[in-house]
Amino acid sequence: MAQDSEYDDVRRQIDDNLKRVYQEKVEEELPERFRNLLQQLKAKEPKSGDQQ
Amino acid sequence: MTARDPRDDIVEHLPALRAFAMSLCRNSAQADDLVQDTIVKAWTKFDKFQQGTNLRAWLFTILRNTFYSGRRKAQREVADVDGVFSAKLASKPDHDGRLAMKDFEAAFAQLPDEQREALILVGASGFSYEEAADMCGCAVGTIKSRANRGRARLTELLELDSNESMELTDQSTMAVLAANARSAG
Repeated sequence: MAQDSEYDDVRRQIDDNLKRVYQEKVEEELPERFRNLLQQLKAKEPKSGDQQ
Repeated sequence: MTARDPRDDIVEHLPALRAFAMSLCRNSAQADDLVQDTIVKAWTKFDKFQQGTNLRAWLFTILRNTFYSGRRKAQREVADVDGVFSAKLASKPDHDGRLAMKDFEAAFAQLPDEQREALILVGASGFSYEEAADMCGCAVGTIKSRANRGRARLTELLELDSNESMELTDQSTMAVLAANARSAG
């Protein structure tokens, strides 16, 4: 029993840290190049459906 | 009536996609290139995406497939690792058991790609084991075992594995510092 709760505790500690490291990266400002890229991809396409 | 382009939703998932790329790549320049390739692929083969299913999972799948096909090509290239990820383990958990972020990242970076991937998918980004297995094209049991092996290895690297190691903090800290001093000298 003691071992199980110790295991759970360690596992929780690891998952908390994983979330913390991951979340920190999610919250980083997104480089402008990605929005620009999406705009370029969109601009390159033949227009369809939006001119009725 | 303007039909909304479903591809406009891609942008919402980019911060998570980039975080996943950074966890896989260990190097932010490579991670950003990977995100860029993923965006282009997702855009050009968006007709393959099944509307109503999880767009984030679909994007993550493209990213990891791109990563693994690139990794095969890059096998012989010299790794260029950012300082933050290659930082040496030098400190013990503080009194709250919160690990120094750098130490955690340094330990995490030592895991094999497949274990890091499984841990990020199910441990950090909230996908279920089933979703992660789908994304990685493997069995649920494989994802579970990768995640568990990853956790076990982190436990070992961070010396979280027993009460004794917590009590012997000073001694094990000295051992880690001594090991670092040796490798630095």
